Amino acid sequence: MRARVFVTLKPSVFDPQGKTIADALHSLGYTGVADVRQGKYFELELATTEAGQARQLAAEVADKVLANPVIESYRVEVGE
Amino acid sequence: MRFGIVVFPGSNCDEDAFHAAKDVFGQEAEYLWHKDADLKGSDVVILPGGFAHGDYLRTGAMARFSPIMASVRAFAERGGPVLGICNGFQILLESGLLPGAMLRNRSLKYRCEHVYLRVEQTDTPFTNAAKPGQVLRIPIGHGEGNYYAPPDLLKSLEDNRQVVLRYTDPQGRVDDAWNPNGSVNAIASICNERRNVVGMMPHPERACEALLGGEDGRLVFESIVSAMASR
Repeated sequence: MRARVFVTLKPSVFDPQGKTIADALHSLGYTGVADVRQGKYFELELATTEAGQARQLAAEVADKVLANPVIESYRVEVGE
Repeated sequence: MRFGIVVFPGSNCDEDAFHAAKDVFGQEAEYLWHKDADLKGSDVVILPGGFAHGDYLRTGAMARFSPIMASVRAFAERGGPVLGICNGFQILLESGLLPGAMLRNRSLKYRCEHVYLRVEQTDTPFTNAAKPGQVLRIPIGHGEGNYYAPPDLLKSLEDNRQVVLRYTDPQGRVDDAWNPNGSVNAIASICNERRNVVGMMPHPERACEALLGGEDGRLVFESIVSAMASR
């Protein structure tokens, strides 16, 4: 089963890359883009076929490795 | 005394630290390979600068899983002095040996230049030879040195006097124009509550000889040598 993990900076943490991308979009005329936050995306191929187990395992590795809980939060999706 | 200098794949300031300890200060020095567990009788452990494990995922994120880090953690818990320089500081943060995290520099640029630092705390083994408020000129070289701590942690760091160095102007005044990376409260270095583990973004090992453009980094080495001699 596949799990997808989205890691983003917490809303309270300044994201200099996202800000630079937003500034670039504004200079291109995309004034409708109010703000950009950049993050990371992981696809995990898991041995289990059980969604609950997959979610638990993905959350565990996100907590331990993929995200730094001081500055980042994460969201897990499971399914094919 | 004996310096132990940890070598990760991707470390690139290990030889500079070794040179400073051995050739400039005449102390014993040993390299400690990251896959080993033996600290070889080190009295002080240095985690040097560089790009350990390529800094994949986040700076310092992979290095904390190297076998040597379990020994470094045990050494720190026994009160042994540990200094993380630049990438070594980032590794201490990711390992949880120091609190907080690093963000990309607010300019998004890699900053490689001399900076001015005010010594805030002199009761650490790496700053005891300094006078409180002394201003040092030491180089930095990093892309992710923008220290971040959430507000409650920041307050406890300040309350417990754990901010060891701050970026300042040449007169020792905190001024945002002289903060090279956007670090909160202009923090360049912190220590743990027990004060035996110190992380700093500036490179004292690159500032121990006049030939290298400055000698203010000597103070960090003189501090630890004197701290160990008085034990």
